[in-house]
Amino acid sequence: MKQKLVIIGNGMAPGRMLENLLEAAPDAYEVTIFNAEPRVNYDRIMLSPVLSGEKTFEEIVIHGDGWYIKHGITLYKGCKIKTIDRAAKTVTSDTGIVESYDKLVIATGSVPFIIPVPGNDMAGVLTYRDLDDVNAMMIAAKSRGNAVVIGGGLLGLEAAAGLAEQGMKVTVIHIMPTLMERQLDPAAGHLLKKAVEERGITVLNGANTKAILGSSRVEGVELADGTIVPADIIVMAVGIRPNAVLGKESGLEVKRGIVVDDQMRTSDPDVFALGECAEHRGMVYGLVAPLYEMAGILAKTLAAEPAAYAGSVTATKLKVTGINLFSAGDFAEGEDREEIVLRDARQGIYKRLVLKNNRIVGAVLYGETSDGAWFFDMLKRSVDISEMRDTLIFGQSYQGGTPLDPTAAVAALPDDAEICGCNGICKGKITGAIEKLGLKNVDDVRSHTKASASCGSCTGLVEQLLKVKLGDAFNPTAIQPMCGCTELGHDDVRRLIVAKSIKSIPALMQELNWKTSCGCAKCRPALNYYLLATWPGDYVDDSQSRFINERVHANIQKDGTYSVVPRMWGGVTSAKELRAIADAVDKFAIPSVKCTGGQRIDLLGVKKDDLPAVWSDLNAAGMVSGHAYGKALRTVKTCVGTDWCRFGTQDSTGLGIKLEKFMWGAWTPAKVKMAVSGCPRNCAEATCKDVGVICVDSGYEIHFAGAAGLDIKGTEVLGHVKTEEEAIEVIAALVQLYREQGRYLERIYKWAKRVGSTSIKAAVLEDATKRKALYERFVFAQSFSQKDPWEERARGVAAHEFRPMANLTFKQAAE
Amino acid sequence: MSDTWIDIGGVDEIPQKGSRVVKTTSGDVAVFRTVNDEVFALRDRCPHKGGPLSQGIVHGTSVTCPLHNWVIGLDSGSAQGQDKGCTRRFPVKVEAGRIYLDVALALPRVA
Repeated sequence: MKQKLVIIGNGMAPGRMLENLLEAAPDAYEVTIFNAEPRVNYDRIMLSPVLSGEKTFEEIVIHGDGWYIKHGITLYKGCKIKTIDRAAKTVTSDTGIVESYDKLVIATGSVPFIIPVPGNDMAGVLTYRDLDDVNAMMIAAKSRGNAVVIGGGLLGLEAAAGLAEQGMKVTVIHIMPTLMERQLDPAAGHLLKKAVEERGITVLNGANTKAILGSSRVEGVELADGTIVPADIIVMAVGIRPNAVLGKESGLEVKRGIVVDDQMRTSDPDVFALGECAEHRGMVYGLVAPLYEMAGILAKTLAAEPAAYAGSVTATKLKVTGINLFSAGDFAEGEDREEIVLRDARQGIYKRLVLKNNRIVGAVLYGETSDGAWFFDMLKRSVDISEMRDTLIFGQSYQGGTPLDPTAAVAALPDDAEICGCNGICKGKITGAIEKLGLKNVDDVRSHTKASASCGSCTGLVEQLLKVKLGDAFNPTAIQPMCGCTELGHDDVRRLIVAKSIKSIPALMQELNWKTSCGCAKCRPALNYYLLATWPGDYVDDSQSRFINERVHANIQKDGTYSVVPRMWGGVTSAKELRAIADAVDKFAIPSVKCTGGQRIDLLGVKKDDLPAVWSDLNAAGMVSGHAYGKALRTVKTCVGTDWCRFGTQDSTGLGIKLEKFMWGAWTPAKVKMAVSGCPRNCAEATCKDVGVICVDSGYEIHFAGAAGLDIKGTEVLGHVKTEEEAIEVIAALVQLYREQGRYLERIYKWAKRVGSTSIKAAVLEDATKRKALYERFVFAQSFSQKDPWEERARGVAAHEFRPMANLTFKQAAE
Repeated sequence: MSDTWIDIGGVDEIPQKGSRVVKTTSGDVAVFRTVNDEVFALRDRCPHKGGPLSQGIVHGTSVTCPLHNWVIGLDSGSAQGQDKGCTRRFPVKVEAGRIYLDVALALPRVA
């Protein structure tokens, strides 16, 4: 008989706890979660990149809907627990749901502190805590108005940077004389202030908020000295308090947070508290690493394994692109403490170590943070540093004579040194996975170990570990840049297009410091695609950045003539179409007519000047461009299905036509070929296509990631659906995800290998919300792309492409 | 020799980072316009396999051939990088927004 486990709260701590528990004791509990937020579990520490536009919400989801279904967990979204009845062992929600428990976990997190000044409840006063806050800020930022952030700590500065990135004029109001005074001394605070101000953010130090002004909504902030700062929104980021209300009301022992013992147990043996709402040995925590440690302990406790939490030493990083700041431990001054400080104001470098009994108890690094992990490791292990005291501040490279290069420094770390602070992943776990699983790059490490998968600031360390393990076989700088015009890789460029709202190729090259005046034949087509896919309807296609085939909508041949392939929906044609093709072949003396592998007819050897006239004739018979020349949907190959075949299980021809009519015209990173077979005999050869459908009696089996070209690879099964409508929705979502993630010229099978088929399945099949969103984005993009380019050119669009500029052959004849 | 310059059209008839073809009795000439509005003319044949350079992507003062991605310098007519080969250049000049091609070279006189 399974015990009933009820969890209040669905943040990162309970999410991690469940992962661990499912691993340790998968069948021990029937789990029910109540989440006051109306959504699944997501990576809260990545809200700043969402605010700055560098990531989307979908990218920071930890557990999608599919995960809960797979593990049989009941998740109530947008459902707040009002009362706990410890005698009856039940909880009751604001919507009236009553759930009984054997074990209860309270993980209600924390609440932002709102400063007690007049006007603090006015519309426009926001906090920075969850996705609703971020959405509210992003909507407000559209006005490009004034934002005031109250609080110059970690959270406040991240909020300020994000709002500035969104185009707002931001002022940070901080009560203390310098920024982040808990981590930085005044000199370092000054360096940070300068860096923040360089982003166009105004910083007011020593500023005390007196009142929030406005009538119906906020208009400004009045400071104690009478200064008035105009504001359209105000973000309060002055700190958080454990949210222990439920604990208190149900009579548990509560001080600052809900008091727990080393097993995370509250004063009631069947009730546990976890995360920011818990108080352990007088400490409350607001950073992710300790919360994950607690999660591990609680999972063991619930799985009846021995475990004890001994408290955490914390390290933190400021997640503002371009500002490097690392701090760990305790910086308070004391009689028994010494400091070593290195400061180079011109280079913007500041390092400070706080020592006690020859051991590091605190470390602050600003500007240059690569030794953070090394210092933090010695801090946690309480290493005696007296031997290296003279050179300690210069970092690991300067210990033991000749300076080590960064890779050697990482190689010298012990196996239990922590690399990823967010997920608590140590070096040994990463190197072990690289060896055992044959991991080749950072993405592999991310998906298998979770290292560098949260805030990403340890990516450099992970790269160095790969280098240590793989040697020259791993060379990120050799494979990453898009081309010789930039140091940036494809994924970085795509991310920055979104983050910086870049909407043209010249603007992109300016913003991202392209090394050439106008790119090259490698990057320009890629950039054109990325901009087109990111800003449908908004970006103006740059035809000069397209390869000739896509510029003139036909395939160039070795002799400079072109081939023309009209669309034949699902491979079905008619006497009328065939007659028109035959007439065009005669009229324009087209030398060769051939069937293609995708069930189409190819007219080869058409002179460029004739193209518009050929298209005009084909248009007249109802035929449009077959896009055989494009990085786009090429063909949907079909068999005759239930129309004719005695084995057919579904209308495969009909589905193929529907798919092709719905999806034609969509630009993709590389060509996309599809097929629909009416039964598992698979006459349409769907199992070697980018996307394939095998019809079966019970519905449709959707396949993807096949190849039959440079590489030969059978497809993988994406999943099974019951209806045509579902099949079309899943396929469109799949193609949209590929459009958003694929690198230019990367076919679906290579993309799937890079990002992992599991993540694709999770997004387009298991998670209905994500699928719907992808589908809708595809439909939106299609509203701009389904114009027949042949018809446009037959009408005279881009006429210069098809006519010589001048013909001097007549001139000579006249002479 | 000034009479051998022939007005072949306006600079604005060629798209920036683009090219148009001028037909002559001794073959096609590709006339290029760079991002900075410089104008160059080359024989419309790649030294590699004869691909039509006028159909390539123009970047900086180079063009990438559409057939096999050779990069040809517009000012020199020479293949860049590891590739070796050269295509013929033609003198062009721009005056008051009009492009003039020197036909003395483009149209060899028979007589």
